[in-house]
Amino acid sequence: MAAAHPHHEGNPRDDMFEYAPAPESRSVVEIAPSYGLFIDGAFDAGKDTFKTVNPATEEVLTEVALAGPEDVDRAVAAARRASGPWSALPGSERAKYLFRIARIIQERSRELAVLESLDNGKPIRESRDVDLPLVAAHFFYYAGWADKLAYAGFGPEPRPLGVAAQVIPWNFPLLMLAWKIAPALATGNTVVLKPAETTPLSALFFADVCRQAELPAGVVNIVTGAGDTGRHLVEHPGVHKVAFTGSTEVGREIAGSVAGTAKRLTLELGGKAANIVFDDAPVDQAVEGIVNGIFFNQGHVCCAGSRLLIQESVYDEVLEALKRRMTTLRVGDPLDKNTDIGAINSAAQLARIRELSDVGAQEGAQRWSPPCELPDHGFWFAPTLFTGVTQAHRIAREEIFGPVLSVLTFRTPAEAVEKANNTPYGLSAGIWTEKGSRILAVADKLRAGVVWANTFNKFDPTSPFGGYKESGYGREGGRHGLEAYLA
Amino acid sequence: MPETSAPARLSVRKTYKLFVGGAFPRSESGRTQLVDGDNVALASRKDARDAVGAARKVQPAWAGATAYNRGQVLYRVAEMLQGRRAEFVALGVPAAEVDAAVDRWVWYAGWADKIAQVHGGANPVAGPFFNLSAPEPTGVVAVIAPASFLGLVSVIAPAVVTGNTVVVVATTPQAAITLGEVLATSDVPGGVVNVLTGRPAEIAPWLASHDDVNALDLTGVDDPELAADLERAAAGSLKRVIRPTTTPLDFTGDPGLRPMTALLETKTVWHPKGF
Repeated sequence: MAAAHPHHEGNPRDDMFEYAPAPESRSVVEIAPSYGLFIDGAFDAGKDTFKTVNPATEEVLTEVALAGPEDVDRAVAAARRASGPWSALPGSERAKYLFRIARIIQERSRELAVLESLDNGKPIRESRDVDLPLVAAHFFYYAGWADKLAYAGFGPEPRPLGVAAQVIPWNFPLLMLAWKIAPALATGNTVVLKPAETTPLSALFFADVCRQAELPAGVVNIVTGAGDTGRHLVEHPGVHKVAFTGSTEVGREIAGSVAGTAKRLTLELGGKAANIVFDDAPVDQAVEGIVNGIFFNQGHVCCAGSRLLIQESVYDEVLEALKRRMTTLRVGDPLDKNTDIGAINSAAQLARIRELSDVGAQEGAQRWSPPCELPDHGFWFAPTLFTGVTQAHRIAREEIFGPVLSVLTFRTPAEAVEKANNTPYGLSAGIWTEKGSRILAVADKLRAGVVWANTFNKFDPTSPFGGYKESGYGREGGRHGLEAYLA
Repeated sequence: MPETSAPARLSVRKTYKLFVGGAFPRSESGRTQLVDGDNVALASRKDARDAVGAARKVQPAWAGATAYNRGQVLYRVAEMLQGRRAEFVALGVPAAEVDAAVDRWVWYAGWADKIAQVHGGANPVAGPFFNLSAPEPTGVVAVIAPASFLGLVSVIAPAVVTGNTVVVVATTPQAAITLGEVLATSDVPGGVVNVLTGRPAEIAPWLASHDDVNALDLTGVDDPELAADLERAAAGSLKRVIRPTTTPLDFTGDPGLRPMTALLETKTVWHPKGF
């Protein structure tokens, strides 16, 4: 976070001590000129390729193979061949592979963090302090389950499903990979994973981690590509399980496509979380939580607190403190250790954020951003808030997936709950109040899979994560996360 | 004087209607079908909509009742079913199956205040936070019931014990509506269980695509094509779907937790610790 400094009316930046650049060195990561598909323990070139760019500079980072239907076939076949021996290993042996992977990730965390920031655009502080530690922790956590599955509460002899087809998004590329692969391998499944089109690199580096760990060939296969590759994978008749994290729209398609098959399905989809601030909330803490809730990872977070509900009696006070805090956010170079908000992940995502923000203004909400210089190249969007938002506005209903906060008000706790639940989504929610009984009563009534009270955007491998309603089904993390991979 | 014997008493028959919102209405369509000599109600699309409305209306209150209370109500269902045992036998349900159904209500009654402990708990997160996961009901569940009486009970009880409300499409009208009478006299709030008698292929698509239905249990669907169509329709609002089993239905064994957990959501609450 930016250091404390005196606040001033007008433009506080004028009187602010400027930060010297504090760039993380990108020399810790070596990106090859091209990458193939990781199938059956080896990289091989696909027929077609696509480029992946650094969203902060639009510089091409490398070329990556575009997996077609035959490539997906080969990957699924490799995973099927590996499935028998892998599931027959004693759990204690599978555990040791996962512990190895966890350790290698810890050892290579600086390299992987820089890589993630380069390919994704997220601030190095987040990839270094949040993503990578959680990635290693996930493998460490599920490693320990591999030889204890009979005690997990899913029957005395739980069995793996077979081959898991896993499709992950671009907002937390390596962390979403860990959420998918760690429980799948611990339970004895093999996987074919497709990373997002705009962030394929950390998954390909993870393939190298698997090689270093001497993971048997075919247990993990990585196919890169866009929507078509994902469709081939989830619709492949050779897979037994589909796990998808991404948009609700694609989630619906996948749910429809597995209908009538024996494939098991878990979906972690969109959200439009309410972050509710009651009149007795500690304002400074709440403001930190609001900022973390919506500006963490440029707002590219499915559980982002994108609808701020403030109790009317403290509206002015909270809004003023929030605006003051927003003026201190540093937007810019993701590799600078002082950066709070990095680059928007892609031109397409930037276009969507701009479009919905324009709609917000057209529909009558008042738009505000702090003074903020954006770099000339790359994809950038200033932290933005809208006041005067009603529940009917599109910016209060649709997931923007960017650093855009919609502010609404309420008078009573009952009204807050009603507004919070007035969405087809149900992934997360936030509550800010000093009153314990109110926290528990409101948490009970919120239809959301994760409720953060007096905190926000906290994650842990032991803590189940997943949505109600159209935010998807199934849980990732914790004992609950094993269920999706066990028969 | 000619000898006259007392005329045999004409018995009073039962009219089999629907069970919706705690009442027994006729189908709004006015339709009936002849089943084993009875003109039973043939539910329509609008009946399905009314049933979903009734199930939704009462769901928060049913979920908000204490687990102890829901357990008591389910045990009361077992008591009432025991008392009407002969009636079900007269309808052709084997006595042993009625007994098993009574026992199943008792079994699930006991789960009401235990499932949260078995399926939830504290999570030891790496930080100064209180973190607790607890199961909550999914909401309104549409059920295509299996034909057997034990099967019918075995799909309703695990859904409602945790606080869900259900709309059941039953193909065995007399037994299903008589079960409705058991429920109506068992302190089960009106609307918690709604029974539609009719044709699954006709009514189920409306339930599968209804945006106010949260989950779809296809256990009783024996046509794989219909099951696939219903699952596809359910994808529109991302309903949780319980698929029909590929093995022959057998409800006599230990049901396990899955019938309950498939209709539960896990909510995880975080709070910082500190002085």
